[in-house]
Amino acid sequence: MKVLVAVKRVIDYNVKVRVKADQSDVDLANVKMALNPFCEIAVEEAVRLKEQGHATEVVVVSIGPKAVQEQLRTALALGADRAIQVETDELPDSLAVAKLLQAVVAKEEPQLVILGKQAIDSDNNQTGQMLGALTGMPQGTFASKVNVAEGSVQVTREIDGGLQTVKLQLPAIVTTDLRLNEPRYASLPNIMKAKKKPLDVMSAADLGVNVARTVNLLKVEAPAERSAGIKVADVAELVEKLKNEAKVI
Amino acid sequence: MSILLIAEHDNASLNAATLKTLAAAQQIGGDIHVLVAGAGCQAVAEQAAQAAGVSKVLLADNAAYGHFLAENLGDLVADLGKNYSHILAAATTTGKNFMPRVAALLDVAQVSDIISVESADTFKRPIYAGNAIATVQATDAIKVITVRGTAFDAVAAEGGSASVEAIDAVFNSDKAEFVGEELAQSERPELTAASVVISGGRGMQNGENFQLLEKVADKLGAAVGASRAAVDAGFVPNDMQVGQTGKIVAPDLYIAVGISGAIQHLAGMKDSKVIVAINKDEEAPIFQVADYGLVADLFDVLPQLEQAL
Ligand SMILES: Cc1cc2nc3c(=O)[nH]c(=O)nc-3n(C[C@H](O)[C@H](O)[C@H](O)COP(=O)(O)OP(=O)(O)OC[C@H]3O[C@@H](n4cnc5c(N)ncnc54)[C@H](O)[C@@H]3O)c2cc1C
Repeated sequence: MKVLVAVKRVIDYNVKVRVKADQSDVDLANVKMALNPFCEIAVEEAVRLKEQGHATEVVVVSIGPKAVQEQLRTALALGADRAIQVETDELPDSLAVAKLLQAVVAKEEPQLVILGKQAIDSDNNQTGQMLGALTGMPQGTFASKVNVAEGSVQVTREIDGGLQTVKLQLPAIVTTDLRLNEPRYASLPNIMKAKKKPLDVMSAADLGVNVARTVNLLKVEAPAERSAGIKVADVAELVEKLKNEAKVI
Repeated sequence: MSILLIAEHDNASLNAATLKTLAAAQQIGGDIHVLVAGAGCQAVAEQAAQAAGVSKVLLADNAAYGHFLAENLGDLVADLGKNYSHILAAATTTGKNFMPRVAALLDVAQVSDIISVESADTFKRPIYAGNAIATVQATDAIKVITVRGTAFDAVAAEGGSASVEAIDAVFNSDKAEFVGEELAQSERPELTAASVVISGGRGMQNGENFQLLEKVADKLGAAVGASRAAVDAGFVPNDMQVGQTGKIVAPDLYIAVGISGAIQHLAGMKDSKVIVAINKDEEAPIFQVADYGLVADLFDVLPQLEQAL
């Protein structure tokens, strides 16, 4: 079975983003970029499926300008077999991304598509589900366990009330949650090997997809800042303040 | 304008998140219809009919919708939703699961997790773990929106008298099947609805020690939450995770115990009215957002706090 993994280049999760002075967007100039953590979990899961003999090939795809090749190389170093960059000038909206991925799915015909549940920049949590609807595939979102069987996959999902398990016919979509696995670190030899693995580039136009945005970004502001309060000396003072000053207990 | 709002429920009662989503719908304006899709969920439809501002309840009562599978709900909502200007649902794991399918089926964008309604097509939403707030304008004919509950005050649960109309359409995918679920059982209030939340982090050291938090929670009528580190380490289950990628809470009082205050955790609780931090490291970033900080060992503090309340 072939597994397709979609990955996104985002700000490193340790970096606190700043808003531009003109409020047009956040400032990403000279900011450290990385593979979205949930996408890293997606790559790891696909590689494990290959190591366990369920997957025969792991293909990674990313959408965006040339810089995303860096994250594709990271995914290749983690164990993916080959990579596809769908070149666009900017990062398109989720729906356009899902349409581009739909076109890649039509070419590659994977049995399983794994994506992160959300990207830590736009925090949208939608691309995997949109791809599911466009391709008519069933979905197991927010996965904490994935069990592949003959012709189907069983996915345990992290939901607000606890855990839910669903059985999906293949081909299917899985989106990853934090507990699915702990991604490995790429070893130096694997990073070297990744440089020689195939990486194909195609354009959005090649795939016949219109990537025009339908949601306009009007303004980006910094959130209201909280200021640090006071330090209390002991439990007695804390309880006194909560009762008489904050009046919350 | 007309709004289709998808109710969040467990087939027995309407979830409070629906009343908050209704508040966002009222700010958009127009006729509001509420879809109750589930199995054996007649009582939920009756509750929805009483909620303030609802003009009609659509009841799709069929086994196909009993477990809220995204494939079936997505098809149903896309089919009903094509006649509305807005489709709204709470940004819960149910809403997040099926709503993007609705958007894609209707060939429109989804605006996720809104925290304010600026006008019928313009909304604010947090991005980058809440470190920036974007104002976005949706230009599609149908606006598909999920709503962050903590940003809206629930409308009155009673006083309305909407009509209930049965929907016969059944969408039942044979590609997805419900196998089972393990739902957390707790006598305490639900995390996202509680007015007091006490959360533990890696500093709790293990799951048994969470009893120290629970004893304080019982005194305060509080819900118990956790950081990702505490969930990853297996101290407590995933449904207790507060943060960017867990649950968003904004209680009157949030007490963070043995939690360092990573941006991903702050994203889930920094809109709380009053924040208390208990941490033995006075440099911990959680103190930068805390109204009251106590630099001390949590194993000394928690029993004292239980006593003092
Ligand atoms: C993609 C992604 C998503 C994430 N999503 C979330 C999320 O939704 N929610 C979330 O919480 N995190 C999330 N994280 C993780 C986040 O970055 C932090 O790693 C995590 O919040 C740390 O948890 P913690 O504060 O419990 O642990 P630590 O950072 O290890 O802090 C433990 C604290 O306990 C204190 N302590 C230890 N012992 C004691 C004692 N005896 N008495 C008092 N204090 C003590 C220490 O001083 C320390 O400050 C995410 C990370 C990533 C990459």
